[in-house]
Amino acid sequence: MRRNAPVMLGAIRRMLDFELDGEPVRAPEGSTILDVCREQGIDTPTLCYLDNLTPVNACRVCMVEVDGSRVLVPSCSRDVEAGMVVKTDTERVRHSRKMVLELLASSTDMSLAEDAVHRWMDSYGVDIKRYGPPGPPAAAGERDRRQAGHHHVPDGLTAETVAQPVKIDNELYVRDYARCILCYKCVEACGEDAQNTFAIAVAGRGFDATIATEFDVTLPDSACVYCGNCIAVCPTGALMPKSEYDMRQAGTWDETKQDQVTTVCTFCGVGCNLELTTQDNRIVRVDSPIDHSITNGHLCIKGRFGYAHVQN
Amino acid sequence: MDLHLGRATASTAERAAVDAELGPPATRWEGGGRDRAEDGRVSYGGRDARSQRHLLLPVLHAVQKQIGWVSDGALTYVAQRLTVPPAEVYGVATFYSMLSIRPRPGRVAHVCDDIACRIGGANPLIDQLTADFGPAGTPRGDATWIRSPCLGLCERAPAVMFQLAGDEADESHAPAAANQVNAVLGGGSPAVFVPGSTPQTLPPRDESLRLLRRIGVADPDSLDDYRAHGGYEALRRALQLGPAGVIREITDSKLMGRGGAAFPTGVKWSGVASAPARPHYLICNADESEPGTFKDRVLMEEDPFALVEAMTIAGYAAGCELGYLYIRGEYPLATRRLEGAIAQARARGLLGLDVMGRGFAFDIVLRRGAGAYICGEETALMNSIEGYRGEPRNKPPFPTVAGLFGKPTLINNVETLFNVLDVILGTGPAYATVGTEKSTGTKLFCVSGCVTSPGVYEVPFGTTLREMIDLAGGVRDGRPLQALLLGGAAGTFVPEEQFDTPLTFEGTREIGASLGSGVIMLFDDTVDLVDILTRVAGFFRDESCGQCVPCRVGTVRQEEALIRIGTGRSNGSTAADVELLAELSLVMKDASICGLGQTAPAALQSALALNLLGVGASGAADTSTTPESSTGNKQRTPDAS
Repeated sequence: MRRNAPVMLGAIRRMLDFELDGEPVRAPEGSTILDVCREQGIDTPTLCYLDNLTPVNACRVCMVEVDGSRVLVPSCSRDVEAGMVVKTDTERVRHSRKMVLELLASSTDMSLAEDAVHRWMDSYGVDIKRYGPPGPPAAAGERDRRQAGHHHVPDGLTAETVAQPVKIDNELYVRDYARCILCYKCVEACGEDAQNTFAIAVAGRGFDATIATEFDVTLPDSACVYCGNCIAVCPTGALMPKSEYDMRQAGTWDETKQDQVTTVCTFCGVGCNLELTTQDNRIVRVDSPIDHSITNGHLCIKGRFGYAHVQN
Repeated sequence: MDLHLGRATASTAERAAVDAELGPPATRWEGGGRDRAEDGRVSYGGRDARSQRHLLLPVLHAVQKQIGWVSDGALTYVAQRLTVPPAEVYGVATFYSMLSIRPRPGRVAHVCDDIACRIGGANPLIDQLTADFGPAGTPRGDATWIRSPCLGLCERAPAVMFQLAGDEADESHAPAAANQVNAVLGGGSPAVFVPGSTPQTLPPRDESLRLLRRIGVADPDSLDDYRAHGGYEALRRALQLGPAGVIREITDSKLMGRGGAAFPTGVKWSGVASAPARPHYLICNADESEPGTFKDRVLMEEDPFALVEAMTIAGYAAGCELGYLYIRGEYPLATRRLEGAIAQARARGLLGLDVMGRGFAFDIVLRRGAGAYICGEETALMNSIEGYRGEPRNKPPFPTVAGLFGKPTLINNVETLFNVLDVILGTGPAYATVGTEKSTGTKLFCVSGCVTSPGVYEVPFGTTLREMIDLAGGVRDGRPLQALLLGGAAGTFVPEEQFDTPLTFEGTREIGASLGSGVIMLFDDTVDLVDILTRVAGFFRDESCGQCVPCRVGTVRQEEALIRIGTGRSNGSTAADVELLAELSLVMKDASICGLGQTAPAALQSALALNLLGVGASGAADTSTTPESSTGNKQRTPDAS
């Protein structure tokens, strides 16, 4: 740090006393319950929450019990209050977390979800077999054409899923909505939380809701600028660089042979940190550290996809 | 904001429909005669254009109305005029069931197959239409018919709503016959409205009516007639009391909100009135969509000026200069009557910058929903008004602190506002003498199903269910009662031994039920309850907004499990499916964002607890009988809708 540079302390915040799992805890005003849980080392599952995005509290997996509240409370978006009594490991909490994970796993391909998600599914005892065998996948575009307020009455013998063919319409990234848990993160990253491009939004309603461009036009016809910030925030591998997708399809994607290298992007003077994933001495994927003060995990098309020249 | 717009262009008619709503574009940047080569595909809407996002739903409505569907060209033009990203316009347009983003015939009959209509002749009607016209959704000429959730005409089932493109007004009609529906689909004019929804107003008229006192007496199209029947006396008195005085009377009356949550109205009003942020907004929640509910429709159709007056009082008391009246899209007659009432009130200086010449400003904007039950949830309704998808917000913050456009907002149900007139015309303490200690005043009940005289009934709180059934003439044709649903699709079944429970907020809470929206639906011994509950499960699956997992996926799994139980084709055992339903119920109740998901399993769970489906809540299915034989129902096969 440069000498005489100002020291950034942040605003002075009042400390609040409250109770967490029977223990007295202090936390600065404005902290969420999730912030405190993490600080206290309480493993709290999250899916739609990410440090660099506005909480949408849509997934409902981080629920905790708060005394005086009729229903459970999403820890990611509830600020702590003085005197609050929070419980994170009650029967109700465990049941809700298990069911949310189970409902998602029964309807969505979670195989590429982050390791932590699989750990939570195991520890909460997720069992998707009781919903019956998965139903047949939808034909390409069929889920996108459903009309709000109408559905085919099921026969109950199979569990309906969001399975559908992968959407590949450009050379940079693919959209595998069979893996989409509708966490809204990509919409936020494309919109106000990062890129301000608004190429995608949630369309449709209920179980038939999808992430869509207008009229489901292909990405090249949409407002997409290929920053790939949606890829970086996707927790289930529904959005993936085409390079990674192709390798996975070919069976050559091998995480045991991969390294992470941090470097600085050379395209302009902003100084974004890049986190290169390399395999066999070739770049196979580019991300940016979520805690980097310049990028907050976000990049532009050049930083994320413009690496071909490195290996030519 | 720079927008990337698609290549599709709007037709002249589509542009005209949008411009009729928004006015012509001020410059070519906003959609005038643009030159693609010169302007590229970029629009430069400024802050003024963006601040009109709340007009998104009205504009989409206008296009749907004039054209019959919303094309990509029309959507692009709307995006351009309002400077809203096309993907977001698409997200909003696909949220509502009355909007179609694919070509659809101009004459659409929405045929209700929801619970009340299902036992009121919807199935023969649908069979006949299928035979005469073709299966649901088949276009023939410029017409088609589709199935619909409850249209709020339950007392005259079966119901149908005609959504007609062009200059013909939308109409709903009940009871509907197949030949009438066919005639309208063939180009005929919609059938004439048949009133008669409030048995107590028929001779001999019940003179003790308060909320219904003008129904059938005063001309709903005439402000003069409204005034001749006591109209605007309450506002005059409110102006004498002053805002603080009005709130004091409301607080003293112990009036509780009638929208389902039973929140003390006085607390809400004083909360908004004292909120420091400005401006304050008022919303009247007239998105009455709970299956089996039609009381607000009757009030708005038959006494629209009363709602205008009550909203004016609320606006005056809580310091709101603008009130939004959000009415469900399936109520065309009520919408027209309210439009007329608002226009007349404005013309006579009862709305506007100087109400009654007393120097306070208040006006009402009427907003029509477009087919989304979820928009009856207060924060979803606010998102819908603001031009976003009708997805509920997380609470806190509550609307009294940060509601519509992030400002303090007073939101009340139609029936609650009607009660305000009654409170102000007398005094708060006088009002509180009616009903019970904790549930004051009178309550409207929507009695429908297998009952002799279905309709809206007004009774003091504390009346028992048994008295209500007697008031409505008992079970139709003297048949035995099989079940009674209290509170609507989100309500619960009440067993006969609890029919002497007083109908109050506290009384129903004691027996684990809820008044909800005041639905009392009777099912006689011929009704197939598994079919009814499967429809309820399908309703919630259709109406879930899709935002949170417990509701989005839970409603799907609930429907699947119930169908397995109903058809006796369990994956494991019926007991396992009953157990699964209980577990789903718990997560939906505990972890859903809003009341829709929290109450979606209520009716089914209460039916299981009362053993109405032939399988006990404990999961121990009676092994001697299959679910079908024990309820006396034949084997069902799922049908497509």
